[in-house]
Amino acid sequence: MISYLWLIPALPLLGSVILGMFGPSMGPRLSGAVGTLSVGLAAVLAMAIALQWLGHPPAHSMYQQTLWSWINLPGFSINVGLYLDPVSLLMVLVITIVGCLIHLFSTEYMEGEDGYSRFFAYLNLFVSAMLLLVLADDLALLFVGWEGVGVCSYLLVGFWFSESANGYAARKSFVVTRVADIFMLAGLLLLATQLGTLNIQNMLAGAVATWPSGSLMPAVAASLLLMGGLGKSAQVPLQTWLPDAMAGPTPVSALIHAATMVTAGVYLVVRTHALFLLAPSVLDAIAIGAVITLLVAAFAGLVQSDIKRVLAYSTMSQIGYMFLALGVGAWPAAMFHFMTHAVFKALLFLTAGAIAMRLDHEQNIFAMGGLRTKLPLAFWAFLIGSASLAALPVISAGFFSKEMILGAVAAAPMPGMVLWGAGILGAMLTAIYIFRVVFMVFLGPVNTEISGSYGLRVAIPLVTLSAGALVVGWLETPETLGGQTIFSQFLSPAVGVFRHLPVSAMIPLTGIAAPLLGVAIAYTLYRNGTWARAATTEPSRLTLFLKSGSGFDTLYDAVIVAPYMGLVQLLRRDPVDQMFMLLRDLAVALHRQLRATQIGQIRRYASWMMAGSVATIAILLFA
Amino acid sequence: MIAWQMSAGLALALFMLGLLGLLARRSLVFVMMSIEIMLNAAGLLFITAGMRWGNPDGQIMLILVLNLAGAELALGLILILRLRNRITNLDGDSVNLLRDVP
Amino acid sequence: MIIVFYAAAGLTLLTTAAAITRANPVHALLFFVLSLIGMGVIFFTMGAPFAAALEIIVYAGAIMVLFLFVVMMLSLDIAAKRRETGWMIHSVWIVPLVLVAGLGIELVRVFLGSSATGVERIVSPQEVGLRLFTTDLSAVELASILLLTGLIGAFHLGRKDR
Repeated sequence: MISYLWLIPALPLLGSVILGMFGPSMGPRLSGAVGTLSVGLAAVLAMAIALQWLGHPPAHSMYQQTLWSWINLPGFSINVGLYLDPVSLLMVLVITIVGCLIHLFSTEYMEGEDGYSRFFAYLNLFVSAMLLLVLADDLALLFVGWEGVGVCSYLLVGFWFSESANGYAARKSFVVTRVADIFMLAGLLLLATQLGTLNIQNMLAGAVATWPSGSLMPAVAASLLLMGGLGKSAQVPLQTWLPDAMAGPTPVSALIHAATMVTAGVYLVVRTHALFLLAPSVLDAIAIGAVITLLVAAFAGLVQSDIKRVLAYSTMSQIGYMFLALGVGAWPAAMFHFMTHAVFKALLFLTAGAIAMRLDHEQNIFAMGGLRTKLPLAFWAFLIGSASLAALPVISAGFFSKEMILGAVAAAPMPGMVLWGAGILGAMLTAIYIFRVVFMVFLGPVNTEISGSYGLRVAIPLVTLSAGALVVGWLETPETLGGQTIFSQFLSPAVGVFRHLPVSAMIPLTGIAAPLLGVAIAYTLYRNGTWARAATTEPSRLTLFLKSGSGFDTLYDAVIVAPYMGLVQLLRRDPVDQMFMLLRDLAVALHRQLRATQIGQIRRYASWMMAGSVATIAILLFA
Repeated sequence: MIAWQMSAGLALALFMLGLLGLLARRSLVFVMMSIEIMLNAAGLLFITAGMRWGNPDGQIMLILVLNLAGAELALGLILILRLRNRITNLDGDSVNLLRDVP
Repeated sequence: MIIVFYAAAGLTLLTTAAAITRANPVHALLFFVLSLIGMGVIFFTMGAPFAAALEIIVYAGAIMVLFLFVVMMLSLDIAAKRRETGWMIHSVWIVPLVLVAGLGIELVRVFLGSSATGVERIVSPQEVGLRLFTTDLSAVELASILLLTGLIGAFHLGRKDR
């Protein structure tokens, strides 16, 4: 069964090719079926492989499949090969299963849109590229998948390209991630030249063998790779593209900008964690950057009025938690939070989409209200997702993963407690901003027209993901709740044994209290009308500052974009260009002269030919 | 026997006469005829070369030149016949629709 | 033999010169046929009897007669002759004469450069035929394709307009 591993990325690719070539003539029903089935089959295959893996794990808990040789130079070669270990198996499972559910949701959500089959072609291509990214056994191949998901993100954010704002958002997300990718590419080249291989396992072994811990070279390489990861995962300082990327269709936001692609940075760090362990300073930088990100994003989430932007900032903030875990070396905690986050954030986005479907694509939370009784399915799904995002104790998946992260952070050496404090503050803010949305949207009077109804293709993903958001947390629980460690044991062959370090009882108790306090604050502010007033009154400067994501866009516009555009304007009249323009003008002038000789008289042409022959023979004879 | 330079000179003279006619005459009939003259001159040069080396290749080339002249003349004459419907005076200079129109 | 060659060469040159200067195309063609007969004689004196026969039978006898037929089909009248005379003013000859003179000077230099003498030998038709149908067979095939192309082209161009 495991030898069919190559089919997992190949199936969605096949679907994409079919849809790309025959999509427009296939009709919506068939395109949707092809799109969903190709990912669904990959999901079934992945689950079969996972079951076999759990029963009889292969030797050393890894499986390598070399498909063909890509680049073969003396002393340096790149193979196209797949590498499966618990980390990539987990990623594959999440991508294919969540991806399949989102495809199913999309078949109903996108009904009647122009470019229906184009949408599924892009989505399948994305899934294929993402699977290639996580399965690649070589950094060069990983980079192919990395760029592939970037292109698909661009295509899908700009899916409704007839509106120029969407095109702008697509370009912005593409350019910002491209800046990050340049760093990553530089990192790859550095590793290739220094260690002579890009095969991940050989490269890591080589790095550990060659470089002493804390030396300069691993720090440079790790920070270059990290910059690529930060760009893809929308972390400070390359986070500005994610809120704009919400211009795409909502299933896209769910799949790409919440569940899978934006966690590629986390995956990259976990995959190359041996390199990062050689550079402790980079790990510290990750942790500090993660705290900044999660607080900036959480504050921004507090004041957004667009439901999708709230979710976008919450994604940023939750990935900040994952990076926080990476910063303290708690790899399983990051992966665990990745998994729960993928489930509950996909659920939240899909529910937001489901609400928008019934409300004529309304996304402003202040325009909604009272949907609890009108849309019970959406209400319960969103409530479960929100509870999980806010990490409400025991009932939600997010609680367990966030506890695991915060526990690991608190147990880390200084400045662990400071980071932990910031994490707790973030957890409380998370609860406030997401329950602000819950109360505004689902309580109070009904403000909007509600039309249509949900079909099975919407209900199945919502119910499945809701169930997932309730139960997946029990895979790994703290001591006091049974001390289940299935998850970290499963991952331990790849990332090492994870120990829940003993911390004082205060830590988990605070972790339980913070979200509850947040919900209480949100409810109080909802009851006394603070939220509703904020929508109508002129926003203060602080609000505007927070709403723009702490002014990073303005800063980048002033520091990078404006000088760059000025330079572009300057270079329009480049003197070097002028020289080439002279050549062009000369060519045009000569062309005008030569045109005049085209008079249509054969006799004259023959005379010119003759003159040319006489001149040529003269040159040959007399020169 | 004749010095090959003599017959080569004759071929050259004939070729020049044909070229003169081609460049100077406007009537398409004469243009065709001048081309035939030039082909003939080329044939004569082949025969001269064949004589110079005592070799049958010159005559073989003449046969091919004849072949070419026949095919070319057939097409050229049919074109002249067709053109007659448009340009009654068969003036080569007035067939100039392919000129560059400013 | 040399006398025959020079006589034929003089005839060929004169008749060719006459052919390109006549105003009446029929006269010009008849002069050209004469020049071709002269050419045939020259071939014979140069030891190429088969080429001589072909030149007279095929070229003068078939191709030129075809040309003559077509010229007659054009039914050129006295007005056409007058028009031809009007086109042949002195000035049209100047540029061609300059070009041709240039070419002549250059090629004479080329011919004068070498001084080898010829191999005196008559190349019989048998020899030509043997060579043509053994080693040069592909050339024969190509020639037949060329003729076929000419035939199809002429047939196509000669059809009535629809």
